Amino acid sequence: MQMRDFVVRFAGEGGQGVVTSAEGLAQTSTQAGYHALTFATFPSQILGGPTWTQARISVNEVLSPGDDVDVLVAFNQEAYDTHHEDVRPEGVVIFNSNEFQLEGDSRGFGLPVEDLAKATGNNRAANMVIIGALAHLVHMPQEFLEEFVTQRFTRGRAGDDQIISSNIAALTSGREHIAASGLSLGDLAPPTRPDWQQVMLKGNEAVSLGSLAAGLEIYAGYPISPATTILLFMERNLVGPGKFAYQVSSEIESITTLLGAGFAGKKAMTATAGPGFSLMSEGLGLGWIAEIPLVVVNVQRGGPATGLPTKTEQSDLMACMYPAHGDVKMPIIAVGTVEECFFGAIKAIEWAERYQGPVVLMTEMSLAERVQNIPRPDLSKVKIDGRKIYTGNNGYRRYAGDELSPMPVPGNPGAYMANGSEHDDFGDTTHLPARHVQMTERRFSKIKLLEEDDYERDRAEESIAFMPWGGSKGPALEAYNQLKEHGVPVGWYYTMFLNPLPPRLLEELKQKELVIVPELNYQGQFASILRSHGVKAEAITQYTGLPFKVRDLVERVTEMTDSSQKETVKA
Amino acid sequence: MSKKNPEYDFKWCPGCGDFGVRRAIEYAMIDRLEETGLPIENNVVVAGIGCSGNLVHLIEGGQPYGFHGIHGRSLPIAFGTKMARPDLNVMVVAGDGDFLSIGGEHIGPQAARNLNICAVIMDNGVYGLTKGQSSPTTPLGEITSSTPFGKIESGINPLELYLTLGVSFIASGFSAQPRPLANLITQGMEHSGFSIVHVQSPCTTYNDTFDQLKGNVKKGIEPALWSVPEDHDASDKSAAYGLLQQGGVPVGVVYSDETRLSLDQQVEQMWEKNSSRPLEELLDTFKF
Repeated sequence: MQMRDFVVRFAGEGGQGVVTSAEGLAQTSTQAGYHALTFATFPSQILGGPTWTQARISVNEVLSPGDDVDVLVAFNQEAYDTHHEDVRPEGVVIFNSNEFQLEGDSRGFGLPVEDLAKATGNNRAANMVIIGALAHLVHMPQEFLEEFVTQRFTRGRAGDDQIISSNIAALTSGREHIAASGLSLGDLAPPTRPDWQQVMLKGNEAVSLGSLAAGLEIYAGYPISPATTILLFMERNLVGPGKFAYQVSSEIESITTLLGAGFAGKKAMTATAGPGFSLMSEGLGLGWIAEIPLVVVNVQRGGPATGLPTKTEQSDLMACMYPAHGDVKMPIIAVGTVEECFFGAIKAIEWAERYQGPVVLMTEMSLAERVQNIPRPDLSKVKIDGRKIYTGNNGYRRYAGDELSPMPVPGNPGAYMANGSEHDDFGDTTHLPARHVQMTERRFSKIKLLEEDDYERDRAEESIAFMPWGGSKGPALEAYNQLKEHGVPVGWYYTMFLNPLPPRLLEELKQKELVIVPELNYQGQFASILRSHGVKAEAITQYTGLPFKVRDLVERVTEMTDSSQKETVKA
Repeated sequence: MSKKNPEYDFKWCPGCGDFGVRRAIEYAMIDRLEETGLPIENNVVVAGIGCSGNLVHLIEGGQPYGFHGIHGRSLPIAFGTKMARPDLNVMVVAGDGDFLSIGGEHIGPQAARNLNICAVIMDNGVYGLTKGQSSPTTPLGEITSSTPFGKIESGINPLELYLTLGVSFIASGFSAQPRPLANLITQGMEHSGFSIVHVQSPCTTYNDTFDQLKGNVKKGIEPALWSVPEDHDASDKSAAYGLLQQGGVPVGVVYSDETRLSLDQQVEQMWEKNSSRPLEELLDTFKF
């Protein structure tokens, strides 16, 4: 039988080429027409430290990193010790025999990676030795690999030919070396190249590109894992007259900079993670009360305070929705795939402009650093409803009325006071009860402008629904597909709009006997929010710093549907 | 908008120094309008929280844009507005508590960037709006509502701090002299870079220092204020330090460095040499 997908985990010391090998394999495979997804976890140190990256290559779209490892590439003994139990019994362990010797594991195969690379005359081709060996294990045709190498190293430079030939030699040498052993995993089914254009992106790159597509003008940020790469992208690419990207001195500066820029009429964004987000609390409240458009991207990591800077978790939902003192509830878009990172960023900027206030875009570590092939976004279809702008004379009552009003742009008539104190129509401070009532209701009424119609659903007739949010979407969808195949009576719902929830979706969920929410936190935060809306929701929680395994979700959902059905029978 | 707007009921205490500072800012904005022809709404005033921040609501005549935000963050809000729209004249109005205590962390970075705004700081040596607590400029030993046995922390010299942090234009003024103060503010606004006009603006309720500042012959009090001599070379940083070692409160321009580029000028130069790739081209780098 042909294999539909295979999972390779690369493990070793930071700096040994773990990430580059995994991404190289993903790129090679996507070039050939396969789908690929990498999942990375990093040590919290600059050089060294145990690190691993998993690449999953598939004939179909890849939804999760994969539960079981087919091949472990162990760069050192510690990597083998840590990870070998995750390799399935009929799998293969390729170990770097230049680094250590492995005995007593029948799955083991020693590859003298550095020696083979050196023999090609190109020490830097070590990754290609490994990729060549891996390709042989699943009988991926050599021409796919050669095509990739040729394309990658054709850069119009004098040494190109030599680099290409040495890399091809490295591929061949890895392949021939493992072929002699007779090891094989089977035949990977041939890929079907999609007839649309594709791009290979990390989640953070997709967020960055999406925000540029939405016309982002001002970016302020402070380095913090795992959001830093968005800052770096912006400093490099948000360039030119009218644009400004800057590393400021704290997250308090980030949020207040956006407030000043949004007030000045610009589309403004920052990206941060938990600790930085906490520092933005007061500023988000100011954006809410003064009605200033801006977007904060929270690339979630794990735990409170410094917590788990390089692991993944979905534990900031409550903090993002209710970040500030006073009656405040942030609009939330939580993305679940690399593709959604792109379109979610566009939507977040559009929302901020549309309702004139702050919007929180939630993503997470497992998406930020994941590399995935996605259809190339069609920029011609990106349409942004701009901000409603005031064009009248001076003497404008900017905050008059119970709903959204056009926003003046400094430099033009319509001067007013953007005020963080409760205020009257002009924006002047007042503490009159009737004003606080009017302004509070005005601010909440604007949220209605963000109600969307679209959401995913499947088997809506089932009385039990399975509904993930954010980055748990991938493993949950894969689990759902299996549950459906097994005939487990459960339906599927998903949206990236968590506040406001699409109203029709909420109505449907309220009709369910049970809505099962898988989420990576202890408290079951989204399930709890759904219950506050009157939905009978229960969470499947996990708080290991790692994504869900598909197998675990299938098991838990099956249990929950069984017991729910038993209760129904009893009743 | 005070006169037009009966709902806004905040009042400064009678004799508050901030009245004079408000007058000076109004003068400076009108002078700018006459000088440049740019309308008053080309000005943005970002205010801190405290008695002084309320200045932004009390400006009479033509109204600038105002942003009355959160405590201590007037500088980074002004940074966002100025870098979004370098064509606007952006000012900060804040007090010693807002600017030097909770907001103190923002002065250094903006000085290093040479952000092109003018900050007018009203120093009364006390937290007035919360009723009389000690502030960073309250002197050692002073009894206030929060230092019942006397302050055991030294009072800071803000002018020395600004100089050390690299603020490129530093002036010191007095609230009871609105016209000369307006001239200092105008110089600050015209300065290309980060300017601070630090104003002695006494609190008549909790810390009335008018006598100490102006002197009182009847009470035998020597004035703390003295004019910066005409021959003071404001471009000389050592001379500026020297001036600040002489005690009392100098009035005038303490330091002015016109040689540095402002942040927006640096950005403009950077954009002359660098440009963004069109988005489609950027997407091309990710295709395979």
